[in-house]
Amino acid sequence: MSQPSQQDEIMAEEAALPQPPAAGIEPVLEAKGLSQGQIVRKRFLGHSGAIIGLVVFAFIFILAFTSVGYLGIPGWWKYNHEQVSPLVNDGAPTSSLWPLAWGEHPFGQDRIGRDLFAMTMRGAQQSITVMIVIGLIAGLIGVVVGAVSGYFRGWAEAILMRLTDVIIIIPALLLAAVMAQMAGRRDSGSWFSAFASTNGVLALGIFLGLISWVSLARLMRGEFLSLREREFVDAARISGASNARIIFKHILPNAVGVLIVNVTLTMSAAILTETALSFLGVGVKAPDTSLGLLISQNQQAFSTRPWLFWFPGLFIVLICLSINFIGDGLRDAFDPRQKKFNAKKAKDAERKPEPAPVTALDGPGDR
Amino acid sequence: MVTYIVRRLLTAALILLGASFLVYLLTAASGDPLEEYRAINAANKQQLMDARTELLQLDVPPPLRYFKWLGGAAQCLVPFAGTCDLGKNIVGQPVTDALGHALVQTLTLVTGATVLAILIGITLGIITALRQYSALDYGVTFMAFLFFSLPIFWVAVLLKEFGAIGFNNFLRNPEIPLATAIGIGLVLGAVIAVAVGGELKRRVLAGGVVFLFVAAILIYFSATEWFKTPGLGPVLIAIAGVGLAFAVTLLTAGLKNRKALQSSLIAVGVGVVLYFVVQPLLDQATFLMIVLLGVATVLVGLGIGYLVGGYDRGQSMRAAAITSFLVGFMVLLDRFMQAWPSYFNNSRVRGRPIATIGASTPNIEGDFWVLGLDTFTHLILPTLALILISLASYTRFTRASMLEIMNMDYIRTARAKGLTERTVVMRHAFRNALIPIATIVAFDIGGLIGGAVITESVFSVRGMGFLFLDGISHVDPNPVMGVFLCVAITAMVFNLIADLAYSALDPRVRVKA
Repeated sequence: MSQPSQQDEIMAEEAALPQPPAAGIEPVLEAKGLSQGQIVRKRFLGHSGAIIGLVVFAFIFILAFTSVGYLGIPGWWKYNHEQVSPLVNDGAPTSSLWPLAWGEHPFGQDRIGRDLFAMTMRGAQQSITVMIVIGLIAGLIGVVVGAVSGYFRGWAEAILMRLTDVIIIIPALLLAAVMAQMAGRRDSGSWFSAFASTNGVLALGIFLGLISWVSLARLMRGEFLSLREREFVDAARISGASNARIIFKHILPNAVGVLIVNVTLTMSAAILTETALSFLGVGVKAPDTSLGLLISQNQQAFSTRPWLFWFPGLFIVLICLSINFIGDGLRDAFDPRQKKFNAKKAKDAERKPEPAPVTALDGPGDR
Repeated sequence: MVTYIVRRLLTAALILLGASFLVYLLTAASGDPLEEYRAINAANKQQLMDARTELLQLDVPPPLRYFKWLGGAAQCLVPFAGTCDLGKNIVGQPVTDALGHALVQTLTLVTGATVLAILIGITLGIITALRQYSALDYGVTFMAFLFFSLPIFWVAVLLKEFGAIGFNNFLRNPEIPLATAIGIGLVLGAVIAVAVGGELKRRVLAGGVVFLFVAAILIYFSATEWFKTPGLGPVLIAIAGVGLAFAVTLLTAGLKNRKALQSSLIAVGVGVVLYFVVQPLLDQATFLMIVLLGVATVLVGLGIGYLVGGYDRGQSMRAAAITSFLVGFMVLLDRFMQAWPSYFNNSRVRGRPIATIGASTPNIEGDFWVLGLDTFTHLILPTLALILISLASYTRFTRASMLEIMNMDYIRTARAKGLTERTVVMRHAFRNALIPIATIVAFDIGGLIGGAVITESVFSVRGMGFLFLDGISHVDPNPVMGVFLCVAITAMVFNLIADLAYSALDPRVRVKA
């Protein structure tokens, strides 16, 4: 508004979209005869934010799962999250950027001398495990419920959708609290409490997965509802395809974009849910640890030992942020209307000598 | 339409019945309410257990207890009978009382935060959409992702540490060193230079002006100890008012509409004169009076616009009303600032005004202004945390919606017929972009009451989330059910409102009758 002339130009450029590629907008890739998967992959790899997210996530993943060991396999780090060692340097972090050094306790130690690096890595493992379990379970149930209710309609849809309505309004906090209580009663001897007390975080993930499929199911139902009315489905039905074939071969591949994107977003929300529940004391319980639990335990110590608070929080933010960027990249890759905009090309192609309204900063380009 | 609403309400009632049954059973099954007594070794152990069993009717099995509870809750449907009975909590207090208190606490906490988040989020979303792929857009997008990924309890602890403790330490001796003042000015200037966009000269100019302005103000504040005795004063109100008058006119009517500009400026003048008139009145302020004054301010603005008139009377009235409301707000702010020293030196506050926990200073005494300031200083940190967290989704959503609208054919048509950019953006694009946002907002308001559990627990506000958590930890179904009912009913009602609003705002969407 403050600059009509330039705004006009941008608007005019965008308004003229049906025209052949405007400045900086890369030509549509479909013309080259690539398959859907190739187009998606190419677009995803061209999304710098998503690639950075992927690299950061891969780094954290490898760091977390190799350093302190997993499922009994020992890691390369010398401490584990329960081991108490004498305080070095009053527990302050020993790592430094210049000169680049790792030190004895790179992230510091807590009051009784446990190594924060080991604890943070263990917490990151827990968060990633929960995230993946939730993503898998929620995705699976969401697809099945959404597909059945969207494809078959009728009473199946009525029942399943009322079920999602009921589940969506029951607070997750209550369910988690109930589960935590049941897992806490080890003496009751039921198979559930036995399982939950040995695999705390897995049980939490399964449980959260069992309640977080509802929004996915609604989305998938919407996709199925619109796709089943399309001509190619009619064609398949006329040529005698079975329901299963239509669902798996004709509709699902078309809905997979929406599915993957939303599973990613569910996963990033799941990390925050897990940390929040652990923070409130109904998620992962001591002596095991998680990022949320670490922050909860150490928030009183902020003024004396701030590092106990910084590192777990930093890892939550990094994991969640990289997953969000990956999800954003996937959304752009799967969206056929998306136009990849390249600032540099726009600058070169600009007919007027005036610089383009874009700096060469390459951030998450999205629509 | 009516059939649709009735059908929706009936389904909602059935869902509510099913879900509440489940919630009741789950809470009852989550533990043993007598556990704390089992562990103790007091002589009257059995008595205590019997008393609690009697109070919570623990001898009745949970499914039957649910139907007893339902019978009491059903009486709430009878209007004005006053027989509402949601049971009693574990210490024998009626849940309806506790719920009323908690609801007030939660609403004061979340209302301001939500309104501000919506306003700021929508503004940012529109600006970034209008400057797609600019440095500002990338910056805001990145910030949105970052805020979206922040755990609220982490933000809350950081805010407590730096916002409250740090700022309180600063207030003890509010001196800004020269280097810091210049540094803050440089940073803000750089941000503005990046955000403004356009040619290099224009950016540098804007950035330079902001740098000089901010640095000068900070040095002035430091020299006069403004932070100890803050205030705006009539001169500043007049200057800022004129600026606001231009901005409001630019947005609502365009600067070419001279009559609208005149009426806004007259509104500022009247506001400055009234500043002196209302001061004695404000000394005896009550909440009702402030609301009435606010309404009066808007009416005065409308009157000024009506009298000035012009070829488009409505635009003048709108511009003048918004301007006078903003000027009135500044007068109010100034009065609060005048009360600051007496609040700051209050014996209960003892010079550390920004509070980290609770909803008010215990046992504080003072007039309307001091109590108001007390509420603000307690609300500021949780509000900031909530805004940071919820800002991101509004920004992203508005941006996407606005981008979609800006590519529509009717926007091109509007430009083609020669409308100004302001008219195109504010009249044609913005209003249509608001349609999908309206449903999101309705949806979010529905989820507000139950959505601040963690914030409440970090800042020790005894609201709905506290009641809920407390109920769960004591295995006490009645408060949990009370909170659940409130949250579920508001969520469902606002879902319905969202759907109806969508079909009312967008005539292409019709509800199936």
